[in-house]
Amino acid sequence: MFTWGNLVSQMFNGLVLGALLALISSGLTIIYGTLGVLNLAHGAMFMVGGYAGYLVFEGTGSFPLAILGGALFVMILGVAIERLIIRHFYDRPPEDQMLVTFGLAICLVELVRFLFGSLSKSVPPPAWGQGVTQLGFMLYPTYRLAVVGIVALALGALYVVLYRTRLGMIVRAGIEDAVMVDSLGINVFRIFMVVFGIGAMAAGFAGIVNAPVVSLSPDMGEAILVQTFVVVVIGGVGSFPGAILGGLIAGQILSITSMINPGYSYVMLFAAMTLVLLVRPRGLFGPRSRD
Amino acid sequence: MRHPRPMLVEALTALGLILAPYVLPYLGFSPNTVNQILIWGLFGIGFDILFGYTGLLSFGQSAFYGTGGFIAAYLLTRSGMTSVPLALLIGTIGATLVGLLIGIIALRRTGIYFAMITVAIAEMFFFIENSPMSEWTGGENGLPGVPSPAFELFGLSWKVGTGWSMYGFLAACYFVGIVVALRIVRSPVGAILSAIRDNPLRVAALGHSVALYKLTAFVIASAYAGFAGGLLGVLQGFMPPDAFTFETSGQLVMQTVIGGVGTLFGPLLGAAVWLFLSDFLQQTMGLGATWKLVLGVVFVLLVVFLRHGLIGGFKDLLHLVGYKDLAEIEAEQAEPEGPRRVGAAKATPMPARHRKRDDFTGPILQASGLTKRYGGLLANSDIEFTVKPGELRGIIGPNGAGKSTFFKMLTCEVPPTSGTITFEGQDITGKGVTDACQLGLTKSYQVNQLFSRLTVRQNLTIAALADLRGKFRLDLFRIPDSIPGLHERVDHTLDLVDLTARADTIVSALAYGEKRRLEIGLALATSPRLLLLDEPLAGMSPRERVETVSLLKSISRGRTMIVIDHDMDALFELAEWITVLQEGRVLAEGTPDEIKGNVRVREAYLGGVLDG
Repeated sequence: MFTWGNLVSQMFNGLVLGALLALISSGLTIIYGTLGVLNLAHGAMFMVGGYAGYLVFEGTGSFPLAILGGALFVMILGVAIERLIIRHFYDRPPEDQMLVTFGLAICLVELVRFLFGSLSKSVPPPAWGQGVTQLGFMLYPTYRLAVVGIVALALGALYVVLYRTRLGMIVRAGIEDAVMVDSLGINVFRIFMVVFGIGAMAAGFAGIVNAPVVSLSPDMGEAILVQTFVVVVIGGVGSFPGAILGGLIAGQILSITSMINPGYSYVMLFAAMTLVLLVRPRGLFGPRSRD
Repeated sequence: MRHPRPMLVEALTALGLILAPYVLPYLGFSPNTVNQILIWGLFGIGFDILFGYTGLLSFGQSAFYGTGGFIAAYLLTRSGMTSVPLALLIGTIGATLVGLLIGIIALRRTGIYFAMITVAIAEMFFFIENSPMSEWTGGENGLPGVPSPAFELFGLSWKVGTGWSMYGFLAACYFVGIVVALRIVRSPVGAILSAIRDNPLRVAALGHSVALYKLTAFVIASAYAGFAGGLLGVLQGFMPPDAFTFETSGQLVMQTVIGGVGTLFGPLLGAAVWLFLSDFLQQTMGLGATWKLVLGVVFVLLVVFLRHGLIGGFKDLLHLVGYKDLAEIEAEQAEPEGPRRVGAAKATPMPARHRKRDDFTGPILQASGLTKRYGGLLANSDIEFTVKPGELRGIIGPNGAGKSTFFKMLTCEVPPTSGTITFEGQDITGKGVTDACQLGLTKSYQVNQLFSRLTVRQNLTIAALADLRGKFRLDLFRIPDSIPGLHERVDHTLDLVDLTARADTIVSALAYGEKRRLEIGLALATSPRLLLLDEPLAGMSPRERVETVSLLKSISRGRTMIVIDHDMDALFELAEWITVLQEGRVLAEGTPDEIKGNVRVREAYLGGVLDG
């Protein structure tokens, strides 16, 4: 049912979802931009982050520790996967890379199902985030507002790493021209490992931050992966600003359409993607050199 | 290309399908499992043409599987249609049309973009089925009550039941599917699809419309998916909404990879392994839901270590024990023909193809004001360049003079920033490399651009087909042998570039010099009237250079050629007229002798060291 109040609160929901999508998509896009690998296990990383955080929370009862533990765990997992498997796929065709990460996604999902069962788990929001906040014109769940802030901080940190450090400079240069970076004598393998770890961590971090908003289930990564793909196609593969703008746009489309008719939310999302593809095939901010 | 026993595979498939009900029960397969394997196998045939043959990995095949299935099921349960084959046909057509529409969008991009778009679109179909269309599709409940087919022919009636009776119907459908696919794969279109998988840019440069052929593969895959989806409803008596899930697409991909891509039978084998393991691990081993974890691990190991699936692994095993396939035997038998005819007189080159307008008498190629700017870098600046018909022109210039950029513009690989190019009086500026090649203008590349997983003969066939069939043709059921002039063209080119003895060798196994000759052969097999050669002598030994120069001389009869090379002695011997480029401009033009004596050319090359 349409009312202006509904619209505003849906736009806030869209902002929460959009911020999360922006963070997850940034991870996917810097991995692809730097390593040239499309990580189909990215949605699973998001899910694993949620479960790892859940475990830490159950053990310690501390929400900040859960965020830290969940994110660190997924980063280590990402580094391990890069070293053990992805590394052997850099000179294999992109199709093989997609197949192996697709297989890894299934392994992660099924492993979590094996360890935790299919029933969904939930993480309560921290004490300071419970209840609602009076925004003056409406009431809104406090923790959801906090999610926007936390994700903005994470994106800011990612921005600093990408645009204000030597590592970030190399990563951005690599997105423009990987061969050139390689021939400048930079150890790309170490960079690749770190980038894969950071990219995975972005998804894992989003997973645990999102955990109090939804309930955890082993299959939750799949829908996120699909939405992330749409975000990246809209924003342009390999583009950090594209991922953020794409994420925010996708969040608004999904939640505003949901208000009118939830059945059409995906249809509208893909209509937007198709429109971008027809008008601007490389996405809003896609680098010219990539296809 | 040549199949000595063309119907062998079909006959073996028929035999296998007939024997299956007598053999498989002893291996623990229930009729229902076998029927499911057949449907997955049929679904996979189309996917294998798309992924295995054309190299396009789609994670969204469920969209067409579900579309075909739900159209057929709707017609049979809600519309009063009673003919199952008709409903299946309409479902297949529906899926095909949807595939055409989606293909046009998804194929705007390649590689990972394509994969992401297919995933996204398939997910959208799942949601459309579930909600906006739920009045027609039953939403989460699917469509129950899909009838089995009944046939009435010559007074005989057959009402298809369950179990092995259903198997008879599905096996017949599978057989038709595989026979059609084998024809497609062996047709000229099939040959071009495998070439696209190996090197799409060269396929385009040889004059084939890569975009339309990719779309063809995509549409074929959706047709198979739609047909299989319809059969799923018939088999189960119920059309399940799961047909639309990402999991369905993923299972198809995994089964195909497990079985072996690019084999057509891989999906069937993969489905058998998958469903067998699913039963075995869940029931016998008592793993319950954990079986998918085992399967996931197996799949990852398979992708890491066994790159061509079970069928590929089986072939490798046969190789280890000393078995050779037909092509290798032929290649070996052909070898003792004697030593290579070094310097021997080659066959007379075939004539260049005829022009459509014979009245044109001006220059064959004319470029004026040709400029190319990459950002701040001026690669070519205001080049005026004219070539007369029948001429053999040489282009020289120091490194970075803009020679390769110039060639890329002439063949329409890159559009010029400004200026025009006319070929036989026709403005071809911005036409694109495919159309330029179709007009009779092509190039051999400085760095080999071959189809490395195909044989030498198949490589040349791809090139010859472009001229003989045009840019795009849907002769899906044609046998290449029936194309007039194809064999002659290929055999002749093989002879010209002295690769007859290696005709059935896979290109990746050729020596460098042989690959270089094949590179020239590819351009030649399109029978261009204007042939551009970008450093044809690059990386060759002195003896190979001598041979190649004599090859170039012989093919220059009856056609116009432009050659870039660094080997000036060779070029001065070969060309009648030389253009010197320096820093993106024309520095000098003249006969070899004039160029040799030109002071500015000497300065350009030697930096004025020998001044005076």
